[in-house]
Amino acid sequence: MPVRPIRSYLAALGAGLVFGLGLALSQMTDPRKVLGFLDVAGAWDPSLAFVMGGAVGVGLVAFPFILRQPHPVLANRFHLPTNTRWFEPRVLLGAALFGVGWGISGYCPGPALAQLAAPNSETWLFLPALIVGSAIARVINRR
Amino acid sequence: MNFTPYSALIGGLLIGSAASLLLWLDGRIAGISGILSGLLPPASGEAVWRVLFIAGLIGGAALLYAVHGHAPCARADFPGALLIVGGLLVGVGTGLAHGCTSGHGVCGLARRSPRSLVATLTFLLVAVGTTCIVRHVAGIG
Repeated sequence: MPVRPIRSYLAALGAGLVFGLGLALSQMTDPRKVLGFLDVAGAWDPSLAFVMGGAVGVGLVAFPFILRQPHPVLANRFHLPTNTRWFEPRVLLGAALFGVGWGISGYCPGPALAQLAAPNSETWLFLPALIVGSAIARVINRR
Repeated sequence: MNFTPYSALIGGLLIGSAASLLLWLDGRIAGISGILSGLLPPASGEAVWRVLFIAGLIGGAALLYAVHGHAPCARADFPGALLIVGGLLVGVGTGLAHGCTSGHGVCGLARRSPRSLVATLTFLLVAVGTTCIVRHVAGIG
């Protein structure tokens, strides 16, 4: 077990904090707002395109600089996905199932977790189901 | 529904900054579905940073709600069954796709990953179609 400096744990906590701030400020945590964006046939609210644009924009600029470093500041190596195949039926099926679940509920995993900060009973139905679904996928993926 | 481009953009910049921080400092991809599912059995190890990131995520939202004095409450007559079915589908789907809105939609696109682009376009288009059917054909929500 490699020794992990306490600072790397603080970094994870801090990054999570900023992420949660961003989700709540952008109203990604409000399923009304999310469904208002997905419902292009209704009174369309394009706000969430600005969330995605801002987040991807920062990443597009910052990631190339970061990944040019020999290693992360507080760790030995970068942990990046190793499978880069762009076409894989299981990934497409998964993305489609995710899209159906997101479209009927208005929640994706980050906002559902962040909503534990709100007095909102919805996430107490959504999150346990999400965890069961993730466990099922883990079993399927190990086959 | 109000159009809120400024708070959306600033929130997006914060999310992108958080993902960049986690990659720069810890070398990890800020994909929430992967961070969460890595805590499930069989444990993939390294549970501490996952738990701390999720704690921070909840804390960050709590902080904003405290400052703002308002948090989104539950929808009055939204069927609980849709939340349960939705949660199951999001869990299975993001597991099979190896990523969600953050892992594929933010970090994957920022890495210029074609795999993530295909996944993101798929879940976005399917979600748009699903929402339109649920709202305008089934008349729910």
